[in-house]
Amino acid sequence: MSPELIKAAADNRWVTISPEIALGCLALFLLVLEIFLPKKKHALIPTLAITGQIGLLLGLVLNFQAPYLGTESFNGLLRHTEESQFMRVFFLLSSVLVSILGVVALAKQKMPRIEFFHIVMVVSAAMMLLAQSNHFVLLFVALETVTVGFYILVSYFRTSPLSLEAGLKYLISGALSSAMLLFGIVLLYGVAGNPTLPGSSAESMNFNALRVFLEANPENFLASVGIVFVLAGVAFKIGAVPFQIWIPDVYQGAPTPVTAFLAVASKAAGFSVLLILTQRVFGSYYYLTVPVLSAMAIATILFGNLAALTQHNVKRLIGLSGVSHAGYLLIAVIAANSQPLAVGAVYFYLFAYLLASFAVFGVMTHVAGPNDADQDLDHYTGLAKSHPFLGAVLAIGLGSLAGIPPLAGFMGKLFIFIAAFKAGLYTLLAVAIVGVIVSIYYYFGWIKAAYFETWSAPVLEGETDTRPARTPVSLTAGVTLASLAVATIVLGFYQGSFGEWLLSK
Amino acid sequence: MFSHLLLLSIAAPLLAAAVISAGLSVRVAKIVAALGFVIPALIALHVWYHFPAGVGADYAFIQAYNTGLQDLGIRLTLGLNGIALPLFVLAGLVGLAAGLYAIQSGAERLKTYLALLLVMQGGLMGVFASVDIFFFYFFHELALIPTFIMVGIWGGKDRSYAAMKMTIYLTVGAMLSLLGLIAIYYKSGAENFDLITLRATLLEGGIKAGTQNHIFGLLMFGFGILVSLWPLHTWAPLGYGAAPSSAAMLHAGVLKKFGLYGLVQIAVPLLPLGAAHWATPLAWLAVAGNLVVIGFVTIAQRDLKQMVGYSSVMHMGYAFLGVATLSAVGAGGVVLMMVAHGFSVALLFLLSTSIYHRTQTFDLTEMGGLAQKTPVLAAFFVTATMAGIGLPGLANFWGELTIFVAAWAFSKTLTVLAISGVVISAIYGLRAAAKVFFGQHTEALTKVLAEKPATDLRWSEKVPALILIAALFFIGFWPKSLSVPLNAALEVVYPAKGPIITIVGQK
Repeated sequence: MSPELIKAAADNRWVTISPEIALGCLALFLLVLEIFLPKKKHALIPTLAITGQIGLLLGLVLNFQAPYLGTESFNGLLRHTEESQFMRVFFLLSSVLVSILGVVALAKQKMPRIEFFHIVMVVSAAMMLLAQSNHFVLLFVALETVTVGFYILVSYFRTSPLSLEAGLKYLISGALSSAMLLFGIVLLYGVAGNPTLPGSSAESMNFNALRVFLEANPENFLASVGIVFVLAGVAFKIGAVPFQIWIPDVYQGAPTPVTAFLAVASKAAGFSVLLILTQRVFGSYYYLTVPVLSAMAIATILFGNLAALTQHNVKRLIGLSGVSHAGYLLIAVIAANSQPLAVGAVYFYLFAYLLASFAVFGVMTHVAGPNDADQDLDHYTGLAKSHPFLGAVLAIGLGSLAGIPPLAGFMGKLFIFIAAFKAGLYTLLAVAIVGVIVSIYYYFGWIKAAYFETWSAPVLEGETDTRPARTPVSLTAGVTLASLAVATIVLGFYQGSFGEWLLSK
Repeated sequence: MFSHLLLLSIAAPLLAAAVISAGLSVRVAKIVAALGFVIPALIALHVWYHFPAGVGADYAFIQAYNTGLQDLGIRLTLGLNGIALPLFVLAGLVGLAAGLYAIQSGAERLKTYLALLLVMQGGLMGVFASVDIFFFYFFHELALIPTFIMVGIWGGKDRSYAAMKMTIYLTVGAMLSLLGLIAIYYKSGAENFDLITLRATLLEGGIKAGTQNHIFGLLMFGFGILVSLWPLHTWAPLGYGAAPSSAAMLHAGVLKKFGLYGLVQIAVPLLPLGAAHWATPLAWLAVAGNLVVIGFVTIAQRDLKQMVGYSSVMHMGYAFLGVATLSAVGAGGVVLMMVAHGFSVALLFLLSTSIYHRTQTFDLTEMGGLAQKTPVLAAFFVTATMAGIGLPGLANFWGELTIFVAAWAFSKTLTVLAISGVVISAIYGLRAAAKVFFGQHTEALTKVLAEKPATDLRWSEKVPALILIAALFFIGFWPKSLSVPLNAALEVVYPAKGPIITIVGQK
């Protein structure tokens, strides 16, 4: 090899993506183990997957202030910042939690087990890369890796028609969103590569070059169209109206741990991309992005909350309530144009949302029966009496999602409201408040089912009880759920250096 | 140690709740719970006794803790001024009474019940000890959530519906108040959320009149829902009717005072122009709505607990009227009234439940002549009723009297109407006492008593009731113990001759 190539290879600095590489290797190692381990010992593999990921997570947290922060690597494909470090931790943590829920949920199915963990880890690695992307090529490749992984995960319970249907719906809507995203990218690439315009660049897929071009051409029509298409593509991922149509069916059909993964990590991935794009790349087009995102935020909050009101299937309910959470987060993204505090608010909100959502999904996994798509509010009747632990975790998780003090979700909403107030977004703020109040009704309805309703239809002779038996809580799942609940409470009272770090953004 | 007393008063019940939910035997849990209620009560008495003279509107026992939100201007700052002190004492003592009553209640799932009540108690101590308006709101919510759960699980008739209605009404009220509080903070331009800084910043230049009107409107209706201002009161009788006794005692007695306290301590002094703009509508809503309309509704009640619930809505009319006078005298009357009403309504809820245990019904038409069997209970109930009417010698007298004095200067028509409220409360109060305790047993009651003869109050019921009665008499005979620090603070916060309006001009 010539010295230039060696130097270029060294410039790539592979060490910057060592967590992703390690996660990918661990994923492959699971498949190898499946071949070589005797069948009786296959139960070890999920344990290995979880402990391995926890090890990686610890390594990442300990190395949070890595020396490469603030630099770019791989010739500008990746950009490493504190925010991207935070999102990496976030995705790895979700991956661990999804794996833990996966163990519980898969035990009720006759399905191959190992591939599930493999795909979850590959998807997580892709999300971690996505949060650091600084180039449209990497962004698209990482996003497609995530999406393709989800096609498989959503239809993982292949004997369930609803799961297969969900997979198909996700495939079609995902393909549409990828097409829109690509269309936008191509428009931006084309217009920014036009040598007759000021600030044009041959490297116009690169975010830095694109930003320079957009700042030099603040009112270019083709660029505006491109930006709108890119935003539409991202809006699919976060489930913002009018790109939310896939959510209820896909959330219902997908296996519960995958629903959790979609609701938390996939949404967060969309927001980390959205923040990178609106803050850094499209910053000079705020006159375009702000109205588009504001209209989306209003529609998203109202639609999500109103549609969730009438749901009886808890998976659809939490999916639609997740739509409204995307709306609140969009407000913070808009406010971030003038208030740096709003960026911290997005991250705090996402983290609080992760804790609360996984707590709720954890309980759902335990209450669900073999028919994973059929999870009704009625199945929760008397939960608090028969399973006080699950009842308490559910109440804390739902309370935090509803934004009730002193839980972490309240602080997240408070930060967003304060940021919106400072940014003068009074209309959005009013819509958000209405949304929060409406949401209390359905979250509380769920708590009511678990706590207050003791009567349920008696099982007549000759009929079988349609309500599934609740899964006993294993030690690992119990410890996980308890830590999620405790973290939700503690983060509501005391934000400590975590709060200071986020607010100093 | 002594400098962290206020923090301890909040932390002790919360810790007790955490310990109980970690899993203890019922016997140990009762002891831990008792500790969790006794510690804040002792601290409340301690700070009352040692409250330094001559602090004026300043805060005593002040201590600040950083919880990580310093960059937003939010710090957990705890302290008491003359306005907060009476309510802090109220929270400590009513909490103790409600706690002791709950411990002996033998409720189903007692441990969870006690843990929730302790969380509520922790929140209540925090509400009145907070100098930072963010934490003032935060602790209120902390205390509010357990109320909903307690109504939903241990409630009586219509509990599920009552819990849902309470949740939605009170969440709306809390959201409006939160918006108003955030708006005060940002429009004032102060560097942080604590009241001392806010007041100092606003003394240099107030918020524009138009903005003040909007913010005060938000706070008035937000707090108004929480305090059951007519016509936003409908959650209250329903909720109290369904709530288990200790939760009703703590909510009607103490937590509801959050809104009035917010108006007296925060809204009126910081937004004097907005307050002046809204004073007349507020006073009319209070007098015509709460006092007169709800007064007549109360007379028409047949259910004892509903009657107590409606009467507490009615009495809030006096308090709103006092707030609307915008004067130091009126505000002082409101604080005294809140304390007195807190003790007396808690006592009424406690005794109603004790009556229910003996008659198996809340229906007034199915009782009668109970005094023959339960003379102590009857004496206590009559005392509580007299306190509610405002008989001299009991704490409520001073609050009502002061409010009427202040209201006379504000509007003579309203004062006359308001005083007629005393007659209304005498009618329903005495009528209830007569129907329950005097006359002959009704047929229904005779049947119940034949199955389970009524016994007089047990000591486990007497002790909590005596705590409340002692407080009512103590303040009734020696109001100075609260009014001196209260007055010192109000003279600074509400200067004579047009509260602050003359001092805080427009920006």
